[in-house]
Amino acid sequence: MSDFTSNFWSWYVAGISLVGILACLLLLYFSGKAKAMTANDNTTGHVWDEDLREMNNPLPRWWVGLFLITIVFSLVYLALYPGLGASAGNLDWTSTSQYDAEVAKANKELEPLYAKFAAMPPEEVAKDPQAMAIGDRLFMNNCAQCHGSDARGSKGFPNLTDNDWLHGGSHEKIQESLLKGRVGQMPPLAAAVGTPEEVRQLAHYVLSLSGSPHDSLKASLGKSKFGACAACHGADGKGNQALGAPNLTDDIWLHAWGENAIVAMINNGKVNQMPAQAGKLTDAQLHVLASYVWGLSNNPAKVAAK
Amino acid sequence: MCWPPMSGAYQTTQPKWQPNNLEPKSDGMPRKFIPIVSSSEPVLSDTSEEGGWGDLYQAHQKIYPRSVQGIFAKWRWGFVFLTQLIFYGLPWLEWGQRQAVLFDLGARRFYIFGIVLYPQDFIYLTGLLVISAFSLFLFTAIAGRLWCGFACPQTVYSEIFLWIERKVEGDRTARMRLDSQNMSLEKLVKKWYKHVLWLVFSIWTGFTFVGYFTPIRELGMAFFLGVMSSWEVFWVLFYGFATYGNAGFMREQVCKYMCPYARFQSAMFDKDTLIVTYDAERGEPRGSRSKKADLATLHLGACVDCTLCVQVCPTGIDIRQGLQYECIGCGACADVCDTVMDKVGYARGLVKYSTQHALENKWTTSQTIRHIFRPRVLIYTGILLLVVSLLFGSLLTRKSFKVDIVRDRASLARIVSGGKIENVYRLQIMNVAEKSQHFKVTAEGMHDLKVLTDTDDLVVASTQSRWVSVRLQVPFDAAMPGSYPVKFFIETTGHDDHEHEKLEEKSVFLMPR
Repeated sequence: MSDFTSNFWSWYVAGISLVGILACLLLLYFSGKAKAMTANDNTTGHVWDEDLREMNNPLPRWWVGLFLITIVFSLVYLALYPGLGASAGNLDWTSTSQYDAEVAKANKELEPLYAKFAAMPPEEVAKDPQAMAIGDRLFMNNCAQCHGSDARGSKGFPNLTDNDWLHGGSHEKIQESLLKGRVGQMPPLAAAVGTPEEVRQLAHYVLSLSGSPHDSLKASLGKSKFGACAACHGADGKGNQALGAPNLTDDIWLHAWGENAIVAMINNGKVNQMPAQAGKLTDAQLHVLASYVWGLSNNPAKVAAK
Repeated sequence: MCWPPMSGAYQTTQPKWQPNNLEPKSDGMPRKFIPIVSSSEPVLSDTSEEGGWGDLYQAHQKIYPRSVQGIFAKWRWGFVFLTQLIFYGLPWLEWGQRQAVLFDLGARRFYIFGIVLYPQDFIYLTGLLVISAFSLFLFTAIAGRLWCGFACPQTVYSEIFLWIERKVEGDRTARMRLDSQNMSLEKLVKKWYKHVLWLVFSIWTGFTFVGYFTPIRELGMAFFLGVMSSWEVFWVLFYGFATYGNAGFMREQVCKYMCPYARFQSAMFDKDTLIVTYDAERGEPRGSRSKKADLATLHLGACVDCTLCVQVCPTGIDIRQGLQYECIGCGACADVCDTVMDKVGYARGLVKYSTQHALENKWTTSQTIRHIFRPRVLIYTGILLLVVSLLFGSLLTRKSFKVDIVRDRASLARIVSGGKIENVYRLQIMNVAEKSQHFKVTAEGMHDLKVLTDTDDLVVASTQSRWVSVRLQVPFDAAMPGSYPVKFFIETTGHDDHEHEKLEEKSVFLMPR
């Protein structure tokens, strides 16, 4: 009710609810007192359209009891749960707290299951079919939205199955990526490289590193400009996992492939982000999920049996 | 033998049957009834003389149905045994290594003998409900509320509870005397005894009901060890309480005030529908008489006004007032009237199953039966047979597995090494058979379409379902940007060739710009 400046609407809603319930009670009381005219043929004596008559078949009296139960129920419900205007109810129930309680309960129930895996090293976990089935579910719920349901990623979203790691592929590093997220940053470097033609030559040199189709003359001219890149990608272009700088010598292109794409990357730079998952997963789930992701690259035989 | 004295003259224009002193009094109000035929009686313009002011609510009059023997009672007991044998017996039946009929809600698998159903098979439940609906239409069109009178759980359990009541407290008059007595040791013992029996029976019923959803043998063990889960306890008690309350106390109140079918079945009657009828022309004027008197000299109809038809009625109506909405078509009045007719030496069938047309036109039995086969009955039968054969045909030709194809929700399409365009799909392979099966996935629909999976040997365990990622690749120049229909073929690769099965599923392949 924080959107409102006064309590008026709260009282208004609460008032209507209570008056409504009271009105039901009054209706019940008066209908119990009231009498209906009944002819001896069990009609009310009213006749319409020449021969249409209204029967008088009274409700059974126990039915009144059902009405009373609904009234008692509504009052008890309004007292216990939020319903009367801004009242939070005696139980202090909220949908959030119920959700949290159910998650906590489910986590507690799953604890013994996860405890088994928490004690196992990642290599062992990646071999356990049950753990991998759990990992698959966790991956589908938490990772597949970006990395794809087969973990092979897409443009801008790394492939997790090719053993090419931006930030390191050890179990610890994967866990770190999951917990804290990652930010990959490539600064715009055109100014440091030189003229647009020199940028294009550099792009051809980068293409040559991975043996991709390129103009060898331009590539040889561009080689001298690679110094601007070497700070992060290394003098040999093999990248640096500590900085999250990709390896340029393999034929894996996260953002796009070809001369124009590389020129654009040198000119504009790139910031790519993996969001932190801390707080969404329990430690045990994190352990299993990281083992699953590790297993995607390191244990192809087990991936097959997932 | 002397029959109860005549308690009221029967007037065709003013049906008014006053209860004798054994009947529950109804506040001096005339008994209500709904005339189905348009009445020829004059419109009452002034009701002040005979009418009165009535309450809007009606006090419950307890009904004490008298026990009855006869052909319809036999049929009803036959249905009681049949339905209850199935209900109580079925969960104990084993099929292979499992319970024959089990609705495993937790695992979302529904076992019915050799069939394993998934939630995806919901259409079969729809089919079953359609069959139930058309069966109700058909039987109601032919012979009125047959379901209500013979097979409805409300009737069946009321019958069983009444039987227990009768064994403990005696028949109608004994029960009425007992209820009117002040509390005594005898009354206390009888009442307690009856309720204990009712409760035991109810709990057993609730237990059986839960046994359809959780394996009944394990449930039985859990029951004796006292380790049933709280939900199992709840549902046993809930269903048991519903049985106890509805069959022990509510009885005809359920039919009169709560059941929707009771009301809409009357809308399915027509003048060729067999209903429990009183042959007023033959019966009136009613009256008690000496057993030796000659009917021809008496100026009386065949009805000896013994009121037994009222005493046996489970809903407490008088069938001699014509068809009433409370009538559940159980035929108890017909049974008891036949026994009376036998005793006084008159022909049977003063109260019988007949149709309105048959009574009006004095049809013979064969004429009446011939009129049952009217268009609506034939159409209902036709539709019913069609749906039944469709349902069973579909069940018989069911494949041993099912597949759902879901396109990957994250990526529409992507470029992979070799300049290929790749789409990702998730296949949910549901093994319906109770053995593990191997599968192979192929696809067609585009030029040079390749299927890649992470696994060479696709195994799905017995009655399990499994999600599998499948990638489709085409060369980058295989097609213009757009959406292309593709077909997946999923087939079993068992060693037995005769069990080879193949499924076709449709999806689309997206070519990016």
